[in-house]
Amino acid sequence: MKNFESLFAAWMVVWAVFFLYEVSVAKRISRLREDLERLKQQLRES
Amino acid sequence: MKARIAFTFFIIALVIFAGYAALFIAPDEKTMHVIQRIFYFHVPSAISAFIAFFIVFVANSAYLVTRKPQWDWLGVAGAEVGVACCTIVLITGPIWARPVWGIWWTWDARLTSTFILWLLYIAYLLLRGLLEDPQRRATLSAIFGVFAFLDVPLVYLSNRLWRTQHPQPVILGGENSGLAPGMGKVLVICWVAVVCVMVVVLMDRYRLERLRREYEELRFEVESRTVAAESIKGAR
Repeated sequence: MKNFESLFAAWMVVWAVFFLYEVSVAKRISRLREDLERLKQQLRES
Repeated sequence: MKARIAFTFFIIALVIFAGYAALFIAPDEKTMHVIQRIFYFHVPSAISAFIAFFIVFVANSAYLVTRKPQWDWLGVAGAEVGVACCTIVLITGPIWARPVWGIWWTWDARLTSTFILWLLYIAYLLLRGLLEDPQRRATLSAIFGVFAFLDVPLVYLSNRLWRTQHPQPVILGGENSGLAPGMGKVLVICWVAVVCVMVVVLMDRYRLERLRREYEELRFEVESRTVAAESIKGAR
């Protein structure tokens, strides 16, 4: 199976890019949710 | 929530099946052999990038007409997802090219116009980061996004209009083009898998933008209340 490493590398790139991007979006959403909760708490207290 | 979990499992299964189909079901290509199988992810990623940039074009045009923020959110979500797909194309292409052409990269019309497309949407995202006023940011980036889309037909037509190192089109490429039936089916399976992943990521990215807007509005309210409270204290 000549060039199988290259095929495997390309296949990994495809899903790694999507996976890392999805993880970064999920992290940003959870951080934003925490900030939103903090602001809502501040509003309730004021 | 249950539907989301079920859809996630469906996509994971589809991605695994697409990988299996690309490796074991698709027929062997006579000249390139195993390395040609990159085709089943390289081409769907390119088509998905085109779809994402078309979404940006539609969303930006709609924003300029209606001024509804939802279109701006869709525009930025599409641009980020499109850049992700285009990045995949620009990485998997050279991995395929090296064993077949003997070079990683060449500045032919197809490769150069794709690289410019990637740079244009990176610039679109950078532009948004530089502008603080939300309305100004949305308007300027929408104008930029509409013009950036002009490169998409250029990328599509580049290997039809000019002689390129990149192969001539195998889909909708005229009389001598076309795929073996087995190859076509596997390509469709892989394309559906990539598009499903793209849609999930796009929806999440849109949700992020909606939350960001909610956060900005709430922060403005908190700041207004703080200023009002301080001015009352000062008056006393």
